[in-house]
Amino acid sequence: MVLRVEIDEPRCVAAGHCVTAAPEVFDQRDSDGVVVLLDAAPPAGERERVREAALLCPAAAILLHERDGA
Amino acid sequence: MSARSDVLIVGASAAGLATAESLRRRGFTGTVRLVGEEPHPPYDRPPLSKQVLLGTWDAGRTVLRPPADLACQGIEVLPGRRAVAVDTGRREVTLADGTRLGYGDLVLATGLTPRRLPAFEGVAGVHTLRTLDDVRRLRAALAAARRLAVIGAGVLGCEIAATGRALGLEVTVIDPAPVPMADRLGAGTGLRLAALHREHGVRLLTGTKAEAPVTAGGRVTAVVTSQGPVPADAVVIAVGSLPATDWLRGSGLPLDDGIVCDARCRAADHVYAAGDVARWWHPGQGRTVRLENRSNAAEQALAVADNILGADRAYTPVPYFWTDQHGVRVQIFGDPAAGDHLRVTEGDPDSGPFTAVAEAGGRPVGVIGWNSPRGARRARHLLTDA
Ligand SMILES: Cc1cc2nc3c(=O)[nH]c(=O)nc-3n(C[C@H](O)[C@H](O)[C@H](O)COP(=O)(O)OP(=O)(O)OC[C@H]3O[C@@H](n4cnc5c(N)ncnc54)[C@H](O)[C@@H]3O)c2cc1C
Ligand code: SF4
Repeated sequence: MVLRVEIDEPRCVAAGHCVTAAPEVFDQRDSDGVVVLLDAAPPAGERERVREAALLCPAAAILLHERDGA
Repeated sequence: MSARSDVLIVGASAAGLATAESLRRRGFTGTVRLVGEEPHPPYDRPPLSKQVLLGTWDAGRTVLRPPADLACQGIEVLPGRRAVAVDTGRREVTLADGTRLGYGDLVLATGLTPRRLPAFEGVAGVHTLRTLDDVRRLRAALAAARRLAVIGAGVLGCEIAATGRALGLEVTVIDPAPVPMADRLGAGTGLRLAALHREHGVRLLTGTKAEAPVTAGGRVTAVVTSQGPVPADAVVIAVGSLPATDWLRGSGLPLDDGIVCDARCRAADHVYAAGDVARWWHPGQGRTVRLENRSNAAEQALAVADNILGADRAYTPVPYFWTDQHGVRVQIFGDPAAGDHLRVTEGDPDSGPFTAVAEAGGRPVGVIGWNSPRGARRARHLLTDA
């Protein structure tokens, strides 16, 4: 399984739930709090937290593409 | 009773959609059906009073998940269908067209409907805002209006007032309370917000009661208030909402300002509730709680999905909401109340961005961020460590 993360930046409302859920993968910009993607292809150990972040994001700004493969 | 692996969700919006998607993400392979009264695919409400009303987003941008994406996940959506009854004994939901849908587990996520003011019923030019269809009507009305009166200085009323000013309208907000949004923000931040509105030219009539419309040819021309008439060619009523549970009367499910649930968000055997409509037992607070915010809709949906799959997990969130007004984003973690003491931890409330902790009896109960998203998120732990 490969997981690719994409951000729809204009949707982001800077809630920061993604950072709380998966701090290795998401951060927030200092100026306006908009999400910063640290790792667009997170390693296996992070994936569950990233999926949780996508579900929790109150703006549906985190898009996940899951594909079979290495 | 046999084990059945089909989940029926009534209410195809934030909470309903999140329940369906998290069931799938957690590997649920049974049938997932999402029944929604509105004709649209699941869409997001927060932008309605902001980007969509302003016109910077077209309505299509609020769609939460394209229908093809839902089909891919094996989530069946039945739009434009209203549920009218539940039979928990037979495990069946009846729709307005007479269709009966069985369920293994049922999730109720029907949200809220705006509270109305009888004196204003049926008057042209008077609006409420909850749905995509509402915002279309309101946008058209504001395009033709010069003077907007907003009844209610809660979150929604304040946002609509700010958007109205950005559209160039003369805006008056009418509310009997002395401070806007004090119940959600605390009094200190509420006063800062009142100042912000006045700086942006909103006429804020606090301590004022809206009594009745003045009409000419059936159209509103003014609002009679305890402080005299307020001329208006468009009126928005934003005086709170009521849980959409009318259709559940007679179902035997416990209703009391929401669907009453246990700590697992369960209202009865195989029946759960999530989002704005759910009132559940909060073990930490020792009382039932109902939250009306976007994060809760998603978070509670996750808890419900987990519990359907057997997790037996109590739902104890840190409440969160945000609001955008006149270019300021206010974010609230926890549950600040009007009487709390406000301790500023970063910045200066008089001049610019700030983060503050609301304290009750020396204990942190809320975190407030004023254009300070990172500060607010960092301070959030004060609420979980308390
Ligand atoms: C204009 C506006 C702005 C907002 N801004 C913010 C914000 O800035 N920040 C924030 O945190 N929150 C905000 N909110 C609140 C947030 O949108 C809600 O908390 C969230 O939408 C709740 O989701 P829900 O799925 O529980 O209910 P809803 O979104 O209300 O969805 C319930 C759905 O159920 C359907 N339904 C009802 N009865 C039936 C029935 N009998 N049969 C079938 N379907 C039915 C309804 O048609 C509706 O689509 C805002 C809300 C509004 C209206
Ligand atoms: S949770 Fe969503 S809205 Fe919040 S910062 Fe992350 S991407 Fe943005």
